[in-house]
Amino acid sequence: MTWRSPLALVRDALQGQRARERELRSLVSNLPYEGQEKGKQPNRFFLSNAIKTTKYSLLLFLPMNLYEQFHRLANLYFVGLAILNFIPVVNAFQPEVALIPICVIMFLTALKDGWEDFRRYQSDRKVNNTPCFVYSRREKQYVERRWKDVRVGDFVRVVSNEIVPADLLLLYSSDPNGVCHLETANLDGETNLKQRIVVSGLGAANLGFEPESFNSAVVCERPNSNLNHFKCFVEKPDKDKVGASIESLLLRGCTVRNTNHAVGFVVYAGHETKAMLNNNGSRYKRSKLERKLNVDVFFCLILLFAMCLIGAFGHYLWLESLPGVPSFLVPDSNGHLDVPSLESFYMFFTMIILLQILIPISLYVSIELVKVGQIFFITNDIDLYDEETDSRVQCRALNITEDLGQIEYVFSDKTGTLTENKMVFRRCSVMGTEYPHKENAIRLDVIDEPESEEEVIFNQHQQLPRSRWSLEAEGISPPDTQRHGRRRKSKVAANAHSDAAFSSPLETEVIPDQKLLQQISRAESSGGRRDGNRSFDPHLDFFLALAICNTVVVSAENAHRQRECTSPQSSQMRNPLETFSSLVKKAGAFFQRDKRNRTLSEDPVIDSAKTEDEADANRLRTCSLHAPSQNGSAIVEAEELCYEAESPDEAALVYAARAYGFILLARTPDSVTVRLPSGEDLVFEVLDTLTFDSNRKRMSVLVRHPVTKDYVLYTKGADYSIMELLGTPYAENFSGIEKNVAADTQYHLDCYAKEGLRTLCITKKVVSESTYQSWLGERKRAQAAMECREELIMQTAVQLETNLTLLGATGIEDRLQEKVPDTIVALREAGIHVWVLTGDKPETAVNIGYACRLLEEEDLVINMSCKNKVTCTAILDCTLEEVRRYRDDPRNAGTTQNISLVIDGNTLDMAKSPDLQERFVELTKHCRSVLCCRVTPLQKSAVVKLVREKLKVMTLAVGDGANDVNMIQAADVGIGISGQEGMQAVMASDFAISRFKHLKKLVLVHGHWCYTRLANMIIYFFYKNVAYVNLLFWYQFFCGFTATTMIDYWLMIFFNLFFTSTPPIMFGIFDKDVSVEVLQGVPELYRTGQGKGEYNFLTFWIAILDAFYQSLVCFFIPYLAYQDSDVDLFTFGTPLNTAALFTILLHLGIEIKSWTLVHWIIMLGSVALYFIVTLAYTATCVTCNPPSNPYWILQNQMADPMFYLIVTLCTVVALLPRYTFHVLKNSVAPSPLLQGRQLDRMDPSTRDQWIKEWRGFRGGAPAKRYELSDPPSPTLETPVDFFPEFLPDSNFMGDDLSLNVITESRQRAVHT
Amino acid sequence: MKQSNRIKAMVKEEQEESSNRPDNTAFTQQRLPAWQPILSASIVIPMFVLIGAAFIGVGVALFITSRDIQLQELDYTGDDSEHPCFKCRTNTEKCTCSMTFSIPTLFKGPVFFYYGLTNYFQNQRKYGASKDDNQLYGDLNYFTSPSTDCDPYTRDSKNMPIVPCGALANSMFNDTFTLSHTVNGVQKIVPLDGKGIAWWTDYNIKYRNPSITPLINAFNGTKKPTNWPKPIYELDTTDVYNNGFINQDFLVWMRRAALPDFRKLYRRITHDDYAAGLPAGNYTLTIAYNYPVHSFNGKKKVVLSNVSWMGGKNDFLGIAYIVVGSMCVVMSIVMLIVYARFKFGEDD
Repeated sequence: MTWRSPLALVRDALQGQRARERELRSLVSNLPYEGQEKGKQPNRFFLSNAIKTTKYSLLLFLPMNLYEQFHRLANLYFVGLAILNFIPVVNAFQPEVALIPICVIMFLTALKDGWEDFRRYQSDRKVNNTPCFVYSRREKQYVERRWKDVRVGDFVRVVSNEIVPADLLLLYSSDPNGVCHLETANLDGETNLKQRIVVSGLGAANLGFEPESFNSAVVCERPNSNLNHFKCFVEKPDKDKVGASIESLLLRGCTVRNTNHAVGFVVYAGHETKAMLNNNGSRYKRSKLERKLNVDVFFCLILLFAMCLIGAFGHYLWLESLPGVPSFLVPDSNGHLDVPSLESFYMFFTMIILLQILIPISLYVSIELVKVGQIFFITNDIDLYDEETDSRVQCRALNITEDLGQIEYVFSDKTGTLTENKMVFRRCSVMGTEYPHKENAIRLDVIDEPESEEEVIFNQHQQLPRSRWSLEAEGISPPDTQRHGRRRKSKVAANAHSDAAFSSPLETEVIPDQKLLQQISRAESSGGRRDGNRSFDPHLDFFLALAICNTVVVSAENAHRQRECTSPQSSQMRNPLETFSSLVKKAGAFFQRDKRNRTLSEDPVIDSAKTEDEADANRLRTCSLHAPSQNGSAIVEAEELCYEAESPDEAALVYAARAYGFILLARTPDSVTVRLPSGEDLVFEVLDTLTFDSNRKRMSVLVRHPVTKDYVLYTKGADYSIMELLGTPYAENFSGIEKNVAADTQYHLDCYAKEGLRTLCITKKVVSESTYQSWLGERKRAQAAMECREELIMQTAVQLETNLTLLGATGIEDRLQEKVPDTIVALREAGIHVWVLTGDKPETAVNIGYACRLLEEEDLVINMSCKNKVTCTAILDCTLEEVRRYRDDPRNAGTTQNISLVIDGNTLDMAKSPDLQERFVELTKHCRSVLCCRVTPLQKSAVVKLVREKLKVMTLAVGDGANDVNMIQAADVGIGISGQEGMQAVMASDFAISRFKHLKKLVLVHGHWCYTRLANMIIYFFYKNVAYVNLLFWYQFFCGFTATTMIDYWLMIFFNLFFTSTPPIMFGIFDKDVSVEVLQGVPELYRTGQGKGEYNFLTFWIAILDAFYQSLVCFFIPYLAYQDSDVDLFTFGTPLNTAALFTILLHLGIEIKSWTLVHWIIMLGSVALYFIVTLAYTATCVTCNPPSNPYWILQNQMADPMFYLIVTLCTVVALLPRYTFHVLKNSVAPSPLLQGRQLDRMDPSTRDQWIKEWRGFRGGAPAKRYELSDPPSPTLETPVDFFPEFLPDSNFMGDDLSLNVITESRQRAVHT
Repeated sequence: MKQSNRIKAMVKEEQEESSNRPDNTAFTQQRLPAWQPILSASIVIPMFVLIGAAFIGVGVALFITSRDIQLQELDYTGDDSEHPCFKCRTNTEKCTCSMTFSIPTLFKGPVFFYYGLTNYFQNQRKYGASKDDNQLYGDLNYFTSPSTDCDPYTRDSKNMPIVPCGALANSMFNDTFTLSHTVNGVQKIVPLDGKGIAWWTDYNIKYRNPSITPLINAFNGTKKPTNWPKPIYELDTTDVYNNGFINQDFLVWMRRAALPDFRKLYRRITHDDYAAGLPAGNYTLTIAYNYPVHSFNGKKKVVLSNVSWMGGKNDFLGIAYIVVGSMCVVMSIVMLIVYARFKFGEDD
């Protein structure tokens, strides 16, 4: 390190500051300056890649932590009092001593903060020392460096599955198309791959990338946190500028996938990276309990002031009553006595100091410690651990554990939260004909069995080739040995793929419907090979649309997410660098924008795709009716194809198409390759993609058919958004027969919806050349528009999507997660109102509602769906009237019928309007469950806010996707489910779980425990302090209100800090009022925490009153016993102190519900500690604490039988009322919790019996699980009525007939 | 061998696979074996009966003990003009007065002789703090510069340090008493024993004279407390072991009373004919009346009492025990009724 003048350092710092603040940054390569001193480095002003998330540094820890801590009002209060104690006229103790409690508290807090910071430091160090490859000029290659050594201007090489160390401008990719795939799960949680493109126009170096030859300057904007926006251009030496955007930026923290290696130029490093700018630490929420606690602290403050006023006034009266100046009145140092009024004014402050611990000083730190313990137990709960994803429950907000115990409203998302969000193709309707796919249904049904999923699937695999999915094969069970072997293997496979989206066999396998297969083969053969007419067969078109109309990305390698690409079948990968140069050449050609007229055979991409596909296995062959041998050269190892979709629906459709032989082989920005059942590959040129948006609710792909050269628009979307765009019925050559396609399809769609399937309509439109050209012009104008580009683009999309021809519809099942009905029933029984908010249509939602037992068959279900506000108001009023009447009707008093509400988005919007919201909220208050359909994310959060604010209740929102983030943040407790849709919900949440079923234990058990524990602990804490402080207060009446303490000050401090502090903390962490089994078995017990809960106005004041009573007993019994004796000050105080200790500890002993070893150790330890410390202190301290002098006091007392008699009497009398009260209450009116505890004492089998009886008595007998219509059970003789007890006013559930049709047809199939 | 290795590898793999799995221990899963008492009448009734019986027993014993203690109180404040000490009440000069009283039956020994004050707040905070423990411990450094705790009784008007300093020492009780027994018309002095009336630890550990002989030399350059008639080293010139800081009367005074109405031990009657107690008869108490009490509306008294294992006479504790014990018994009966009326779930 060379010495530099301070002036230069300052100049540098200023320059650096300016360089960082500038709007645009110009960065050049570091390579020419390699090895030179720091001052010569061009990019020296920008932050390095080392990160530091610690709050404190080693040296500055103390001042910074103190500063942090003084932000807390309570700490300021206590420090203020300690300082007050330094003022001679008002001090109550020796000044230094008064500092001890606050110092101990702050030390503990600092210790905790320090430990947390140390953990952050460790994780920083780990990240900073992660290796990566940086180009070095000296060694002419990429050398391994640490992340922290990466600087702006370096060239970093990243390989597949490696995490990007800094924000890199992508300059080179091993992918022939210059694409680098990126998984952003670490950043936004989306697991689908994103494509990043090499900065174009730097393509001079086609033969691989030479960092040394990079002599352009990269000019980029100032760092910002927007993950989807980046502006930059590369200025070549010849002043030629090439623009680049987010499309070329590899973000720090993302993982490179599917790309062998890539090279990037570091533009932002360390804290300036977008990932770090987005990383703002954990959130601080204040729990309901804490808010209430603060109110009570305020009450304590009032109490304190009242007591101090009494003290001051008493002192005044006492002074006034003295006729002269007695020898015990001590004047000040000048021998001067103040007037009584001034003395008593001083005394007021002295009293505050004396009685300060009425405000529990250690309460806040104790609460924090308790929460740490509670969180430890929550995260360590093995029941909340998910094998599959290897994840525990995460507590992201550290201070609202007790809120979980007070939930009254749960708002749940549907997709991905209640359901798996693993879409499975169930059935489809093509040209008005329904294909029920019953074999597929059987397969899914088998998976429904409680056995291990994978096992069953592998059994299926075993059977598939043999049986061709015939029903009879169901009876054949494979040998057991095979089962187990398979099972093990499958587990490993599942683990290996655990992070790969949508790859489980459940979703990828679809068993085709025989009838539809025949239909297709007929169409194919009748259509002929090359006559161009073939594509008009709607069945073929339907599947083509499924395969084409999406944004699914095909990834060719099965092993794409493994560390190294060692796949032996692709020989190109053997020597990447060599082959890459040639591939890049091709990519160069590929990227020339003008390739509209490129022909199929010339396309290098397809060539490569083909060569890749040469070597393959053949599982999917069986899926195609046409034997693969027909076209041996083009067999696809379809099993090796992996589809990456943004939404699981799309993938499900592509897999379905694949099952019918329409295999999506490749997708590039400009083309789609589809293999037909005949084995022929067709390359469609993609002219445009009209992406999905929530307004249009549909997406379209405009392609050019390679054979007919037609411009074809395939559109898929929600039925209501498609049906109104339909033009004339399908092609004229089918006239007459298929006239009613639309009507039939709509009919089927309704049936699907009632079955709980997600529906999509598939349409086609042939666009004429001229129409296309004119549209293209507008489209281009729209894309070039600077203002309201989004709207214009949408308008062009709407223009084209007219006169569509309906091909058919699909039904996709989103399977319910495990134990969802059970969880929802438990939540409902726990007195929680459950709302499900979904974007689905009402029919689907209602069906799912029944399936997950949100709605029960015996429920009263109210439907609200209205077009305008007037009807909405009318309906609302009517229903409200009805509901009220129903509730007030004495005949319904005993019944347990529940009311549920189904409401759609439009109506919800109207109901939320200011004039109606009161009535709406009133109505929902009566509803056990509410189902909101077709709601937007914004509506979700608005509903949560409405309920939360209007009803003043505790709300919990649970969701898994980005659309739930608003709702999660709006609710008191937000729970994110880490599922298929990534981490955004988890990031916004307070708790993250992996399955919906975990909610049951989290809320009913941990929530209840945390709340009860903390509530009881806080009440106890207040009690404890008031009881102890009041001893001092009562003594003031006997010492002229002069703030004398009859207990040595050290012992007083120890009393609060050591002797009685650990038991309540232990109580808050370990106490278990009712066991897990009972809490889960009898969810009603949860109700104790709802609303006001156990910590309320009454319990608080009862505790305070009890404290007053106990302190009176503990003071006046010794007072009366020692009256008129020669007892001295501390001898009098010792039995008081001891009696208070026993009273306070035994009081807790009454409150403790279960005594484990920990409880015994801590309780007995506290007593032992008291005697040991006090004895040691009084034995050693002769003059150590002047003027207080407790030498040999306790020893003397312990030799006196009076001491024991007094202490015993005090303790017994003090605790007798509370004890008796508990006993009488438990005997006369046992609380539900006590009954739960009594259940606990029984042995498990009797207990289960009891729980069952109890539940039976309440009429909530566990109903049979609601089944979807599909199970092909042979006993299904009669058509199932799906909505048996609907109100007459249900306006969309009228036609049960439709379902009968389906079930009948299915039965026929079953019986054949 | 190979196989075992493979198994080990598998086990290891298994562990790595589920690295995030929480430990399944009784502690982390909150399943520690626990005792879960439920407070209800059936357990409580026998307990209440037991406690009640025990308390009544103890109470009766205490009450009997307390009742057997004899007590003789003599108020000598002299507020009443009839009182022999009335003349001394306002007199600032040395004044003595005598009171006569009779003891009807034998006052069992050993008899404790107390003086008592009422409305005297020895527990006043500033008053109690106004002393210097180090000085009283015999540390000569604090003789010349006493602690500021003693203010304003640290130095006299000539800025000489006061030893012992502070209000507590300065206000030491200075009435003295002699008790005489009238035997056949002759006054016979009852010998009073002033030894061992203070705490052993005070006398031997907390308070020490400086190790300088003669004691007077240690107090060179210091002054006596302003209210004192004579300096501390002359408190008892007859006995070196009762002089200076370890003077028993001084020690007794320095141990602050807890309550404003208190008594302090003055002497014990353990000698000669009176070792077994004070025989019935007439007695005369002669008081050297010095200590002013009118400034705090106080009363002065002399208390003669004998003591039991539970200390002086106090009926309260015995009565309290009996009352609480009876309450427990009553409660147990209430519980029994409750128990009969509400058959609760646990008795199955």
